[in-house]
Amino acid sequence: MLENTRHAPEIVERFLESTLESVDSAEDIAVGVAQRAGLDEDEQMKIGMAVRESMVNAVVHGNRYSAQKKVRFSVVRNAERFTILIADQGEGFDFEHLPDPLAPDNLLRSSGRGIFLMRSFMDEFQIRHLEPQGTEVTLIKYMVSK
Amino acid sequence: MSVKLNTRQVGDVTVVDVAGRITLGEGTSALRDTLRGLVGKGQKKILLNLGEVSYIDSSGIGELVSGFTTVTNAGGQMKLLNLNKRVKDLLQITKLYTVFDVHEDEAAAIRSFA
Repeated sequence: MLENTRHAPEIVERFLESTLESVDSAEDIAVGVAQRAGLDEDEQMKIGMAVRESMVNAVVHGNRYSAQKKVRFSVVRNAERFTILIADQGEGFDFEHLPDPLAPDNLLRSSGRGIFLMRSFMDEFQIRHLEPQGTEVTLIKYMVSK
Repeated sequence: MSVKLNTRQVGDVTVVDVAGRITLGEGTSALRDTLRGLVGKGQKKILLNLGEVSYIDSSGIGELVSGFTTVTNAGGQMKLLNLNKRVKDLLQITKLYTVFDVHEDEAAAIRSFA
């Protein structure tokens, strides 16, 4: 039964309010899918944390907690990969020129580590501007090592 | 549970026992308020016991850094105690592990303030 669950593709899609509760919900959903996919606790934690960081960016920096703006959140898990998409409706930011959080001058900054952690915890990290506005982040974890 | 903080005095060192999740919102606010409160009361030696912290995100890491800076700028010292593997790994990949003075034994950590 468990083997069947592990091999069956799973798709979850939600349009979430721009609140910190949505951050928790998205993390819980992603970790749940990872559990059902048979990923170990360490991988579940990494996926959950990457989702949390991306959701915080979408809710806080993208949509700025606006009740008029939603976050599109989807998880697609198949035999090859675990793909998470998080899209906000904010004004966007210059992700091409983010300061390096590991640079000595930046180590004691109180923010700026979210995208670095997403890149560290996932196998692929993609980010793009949406038209007319918004930012979409795609997080990918391979189900089998490449 | 989000986060629970309890402070106790051991000699002239204030030990802050932190349990739960240090994440954006309630977790980071509680930590910030506690550390600023201690600095406001003139506490110069603060030992943050993270042994019961189950989870910390980048905002939580930022709050640790911010607290460290606040205490240091006030002429004090803030040290960390009992990091679990996840918190330790996070501080290592963010290159913060060597920024903080990290201890595994409370008595030794207390003595190190002298």
